[in-house]
Amino acid sequence: MEEFIQQLTNGLAVGGIYALIALGYTMVYGVLKLINFAHGDLFTYGAYLGLTLLTSLALTDRLGFTLGMVVLVLMVMGLVAVLGAILERAAYRPLRESPRLSAVVSALGASIFLQNALMLIYGARFQVYPDNILPTATLNIFGLYLPLMRVLIVLASVLMMIVLYVFIQKTRIGTAIRAAAIDQGAARLMGIDVNRVILMVFLLGPALGGIAGLMVGLYYGQVNFTMGWVYGMKAFTAAILGGIGNIPGAMVGGLLLGVIEALGAAYLSIAWKDAIAFCVLILILIIRPTGLLGERVADKI
Amino acid sequence: MLLEVKNLHVRYGNVAALHGINLHVRQGEIIAILGANGAGKTTTLHTISGLLRPAQGEICFESQPIHQLPAHRLVKMGIAQAPEGRRIFGTLTVRENLNLGAFTCDDKAQVAKTQRWIYELFPVLAQRHEQLAGTLSGGEQQMLAIGRALMAHPRILLLDEPSLGLAPLLVKAIFQTLWEINTTGVTIVLVEQNARAALKLAHRGYVMEVGRIVLEDRAEALLANPEVCNAYLGGQANRE
Ligand SMILES: Nc1ncnc2c1ncn2[C@@H]1O[C@H](COP(=O)(O)OP(=O)(O)OP(=O)(O)O)[C@@H](O)[C@H]1O
Ligand SMILES: [Mg+2]
Repeated sequence: MEEFIQQLTNGLAVGGIYALIALGYTMVYGVLKLINFAHGDLFTYGAYLGLTLLTSLALTDRLGFTLGMVVLVLMVMGLVAVLGAILERAAYRPLRESPRLSAVVSALGASIFLQNALMLIYGARFQVYPDNILPTATLNIFGLYLPLMRVLIVLASVLMMIVLYVFIQKTRIGTAIRAAAIDQGAARLMGIDVNRVILMVFLLGPALGGIAGLMVGLYYGQVNFTMGWVYGMKAFTAAILGGIGNIPGAMVGGLLLGVIEALGAAYLSIAWKDAIAFCVLILILIIRPTGLLGERVADKI
Repeated sequence: MLLEVKNLHVRYGNVAALHGINLHVRQGEIIAILGANGAGKTTTLHTISGLLRPAQGEICFESQPIHQLPAHRLVKMGIAQAPEGRRIFGTLTVRENLNLGAFTCDDKAQVAKTQRWIYELFPVLAQRHEQLAGTLSGGEQQMLAIGRALMAHPRILLLDEPSLGLAPLLVKAIFQTLWEINTTGVTIVLVEQNARAALKLAHRGYVMEVGRIVLEDRAEALLANPEVCNAYLGGQANRE
């Protein structure tokens, strides 16, 4: 039982990270019907920016752990959001009227560019988050010892999902984003500036993806310039699992995939960890191509 | 002159859809645009609304050229459209759809007033305001599409085949409502296949054929015109 709960909470932490990344894929897909293949790399930038800011600004020393972390999170979100907006301007907007394949090629090109730029700056080796800054404490919850970082990650990712959900459901801009995802032409007839909606989506998605990168750095302590590839694929799987284009779907899909993976690794075989995600993807595409909560997409990718 | 379209040419890629059309709309008028399938009626409305860019020619709203402005600016200026096929946001609620119609309006009190008026015009929308728009019947969806366009508090309302797929009784009710809307000062441009009903409601009409305007007259004159009768009114001249 103890082992099970450890694995379950670990799965929720990783799943929360997948969900935050998956939201970026799903929101961009919702509005542009485009898979942003460079999204995984923006996630990696979040991890590296977090590392650099954490070490160079010594935020946790100066501001204390809690405030330092909050400032760090906000800075990473802001910077990766700006990167997302630049990506949209440079790689996607010029191709808005072109055939979809051009945008896909541009996305792959942007991904390679971002990855290589990171490698040139930081080198190809793993980078390590400073372990003296991070809390190694464990929490005792009803006799169960859970790492503090894990609990914080689960809470933070759930909090961000709730905030995003309320924003999308309740605000004027959120409703405009949903409308543009349903029918861009009709949205424009309502007086919605669709370019601004697209910009908004390329700020929100990367901001959440960047946080996910930071979380991975904090949780595992090390980052690599290619990590966006595996996490991107997993999160993309999570988005498909929930139904791509569907925001609650990405949340549910991410958490579910994280838990399935953690339990599978614990009770089947650790060697199967990555294969499990892709088995889930294949199963979903066969059994329910629309995803758990979504509409038909299989022919749109 | 509220709206003026001058020598408008529109192309889809290499295919020309409009070959230089001219039309004008005065403040307070109801204008009918008739024509067979593919004549270019929807293309005309889309270009006025800024969804399409003219290859040549110009569109003026209150003497200002507007054909280079983005669609969202035109809504704010007072040009609203209930598009062909309704295009309501099916997975949003009726209320959310109406609120989106008022996306460009900052005056909350004005929006609330417009919404009350729309609920008076279409009481069924008030009963269903928390229902998903996609689950409304076709006629209710059409009312929502018109109500949503009115939420923008437009000076001019463009309607693309509002009677499409509706039972005759409902068509009558909707046209009656359009007349009521017009009496509040909203100018209306009405694209219709249902030519007789449209001409009975309208002050003036235009007839389009393959991207050109071939006839332009007062509505009664068009109703009595034998050519129009044969082509669009099912043959029998109407001499009421
Ligand atoms: N997106 C498009 N791409 C290419 N051609 C188009 C497109 N939309 C319309 N056309 C062509 O432009 C011409 C005018 O079309 P339009 O939709 O304006 O006609 P319409 O008068 O509204 O017809 P209907 O009564 O059937 O709605 C048609 O020949 C049509 O095939
Ligand atoms: Mg049409």
